[in-house]
Amino acid sequence: MRVGLFIPCYVDQLYPDVALATLEVLESVGCEVEYPEAQTCCGQPMANTGCFAEAVPLARRFVATFAGFEYVVAPSGSCVAMVRSHYAELLHDDPSYKSLAPRVLDLSEFLVDVIGVEKLPVRPFAYRVGLHQSCHGLRELRIGRSSERMLENFNKTRRVLERMTGIEFTQLSRPDECCGFGGTFAVAEEAISCAMGNDRIADHEQAQSQVMTAGDMSCLMHLEGLIRRQKKPIAVLHVAQILAGRVPEIANV
Amino acid sequence: MSTRLAVLAPSQAHPTRAALFVANDERMHWHDKALWFVRQKRDKAAASVPEWERLRELASQIKTHTLIHLPEYLEAFEAKARALGAEVHWAKDAAEHNAIVLGILEAASAKRVVKSKSMLTEECHLNPFLEQRGYEVVDTDLGERIVQFRNEAPSHIVLPAIHIRKEEVGDTFHEHLGTEAGASDPQYLTEAARGHLRAKFMEADVGITGVNFAIAETGGFVVCTNEGNADLGTALPKIHIACMGIEKLLPRTRDLAVFLRLLARSATGQPITTYSSHFFGPRPQGKLHIILLDNGRSAISQSPEFKSSLHCIRCGACMNTCPVYRRSGGHSYGTTVPGPIGSILAPARDPQAYQSLPYACSLCGSCTDVCPVKINLHEQLLLMRHEVTRQGFLPRLKQLSMTLAGFVFQRPRLYAFLGAMGRGFARLLPTRWVNNRLNGWGRQRDLPPLPAKSFRALYRNRKPPR
Repeated sequence: MRVGLFIPCYVDQLYPDVALATLEVLESVGCEVEYPEAQTCCGQPMANTGCFAEAVPLARRFVATFAGFEYVVAPSGSCVAMVRSHYAELLHDDPSYKSLAPRVLDLSEFLVDVIGVEKLPVRPFAYRVGLHQSCHGLRELRIGRSSERMLENFNKTRRVLERMTGIEFTQLSRPDECCGFGGTFAVAEEAISCAMGNDRIADHEQAQSQVMTAGDMSCLMHLEGLIRRQKKPIAVLHVAQILAGRVPEIANV
Repeated sequence: MSTRLAVLAPSQAHPTRAALFVANDERMHWHDKALWFVRQKRDKAAASVPEWERLRELASQIKTHTLIHLPEYLEAFEAKARALGAEVHWAKDAAEHNAIVLGILEAASAKRVVKSKSMLTEECHLNPFLEQRGYEVVDTDLGERIVQFRNEAPSHIVLPAIHIRKEEVGDTFHEHLGTEAGASDPQYLTEAARGHLRAKFMEADVGITGVNFAIAETGGFVVCTNEGNADLGTALPKIHIACMGIEKLLPRTRDLAVFLRLLARSATGQPITTYSSHFFGPRPQGKLHIILLDNGRSAISQSPEFKSSLHCIRCGACMNTCPVYRRSGGHSYGTTVPGPIGSILAPARDPQAYQSLPYACSLCGSCTDVCPVKINLHEQLLLMRHEVTRQGFLPRLKQLSMTLAGFVFQRPRLYAFLGAMGRGFARLLPTRWVNNRLNGWGRQRDLPPLPAKSFRALYRNRKPPR
């Protein structure tokens, strides 16, 4: 299966190990993975600022770069939601976009819906893990049930993590509240953004999470930024890093 | 509030007020927890209805249908309401609305007005309009009376005084009602308000109410309260003025079976409001005036992106669930209706004045999922950002940075080069230089340790060139 690896721009530049881990996980389940270097940014920062005109050429570039792949997989629900849900506002009925859109998947949903979780190698990960539900994966891609909706409970990110032996999920008092990153919101509404982030971290502290994880590195970049500044003893790993066997750096446990 | 908004730079309007609210950490957390508690009550109430998601879908379809046929339903409602003996007035904007109310009061030589909760009269700023002309207007909803005493606007559409603590209510009542200094017992304070309001009800010449649902097939309408103040306020004075937005219409009485089940559960987690009062024409020897207000609603109903914002039944669930609203308070929005729905309605009317509101949102989507009538709130907030930008109201610096980023991202080699330069440069600088006060990211957050190589560089080395 030929998979195009879609790496968000900030992951490429700031978190290369998350991209490497994603590549390793995809290869471990038998995918033939290629990272096309013509990719840059999906255009979400521009689109979410309302600058659709600036986002359109990036959407076109994305479609042209990835059109030839069977599947396109990214370690980010947010960037995938941009492509799958919001490119329609930029590209409308463009036929190559319409044929590509349903084949662009977040790592967790690709592993559950296309590959099958049983294909994932079983690895030990004996830690207390707090799973942060990244909003766009949850409420745009429907990777899991959001707490607002009165439907049967499911969560694909949790399902892939359940392949890890010894993993223990912590009980958060607010299961899927936003971390407050929100792209440019993180800077434009800095006070609220950090207040939201600090409240999420406090929830993980009361739940005694040793490791905080999520399907989106952007949420984690914001939360880890607060954690590092305050020197809190919570390790932060992307879901792909856990699946690829990375070990958290945990102090005083 | 609108005058204060004008003083602040547009881009600063919400962020500045939000930062003030956040600065009082203890109050911010208390506010957040109070509203989260209401959200949890809503979750329990919604979960108790097995067909909850179907009800939401039905409500959405009924509202969509009604808006498409709004002119016919409005005419049907008007004819039926007149046949029941009500006088029906049409107001194109707030000024016309207030003039109609004034005309009714003058014709009846009325002086004293009691009002039950109506966001529509807040939207029209009816209270100051009447007070300036010498009328006494008393808000009879307890929360509204509290904010009225304090000369504030409601901070929430269902819980108008949610931002005020009971100790502060005690101080306010001590000043205005002569309760004991320092008393903050809710029952004691409520009883004081009850006695005070009872006298106002008895003296009133006119009762004004809002309207939750108007029924086209009967000409009747429904007012929902938890305090019964709309009932007392319309049973004692001889004249009842009901003020409603034109979008409050439902085709049939049976549609209430969908909406009354959704409203209170979504608003407060109650199975139904304590009082759901049905009005059919004036009471014997009384007069009933119904004012139908447009005030920009027709224009919104013509917009493909934003028309479904008119489905709103004013339950407030989007505020209770909004992580930004809970931490910034209703007054940070500077609008009559705050929170997610208000951040669509206000800029839909005036995108320049309210340009910061669609950005007061992390696009988490919780509002969309909680909304009992399935308004795609967060998607509309995104589209409203586009609307603000399209009309040229995006602050210049934001526009410039996006144009620049767009330019770089269209050129992969330039992007890779600048990325490497940026990382290399930042790695050389002392951390405290990077995280300076001017850096909105770094005031409270560290950057991650910057890697020497990007993924694309590692990938190139990992695989031999084909």
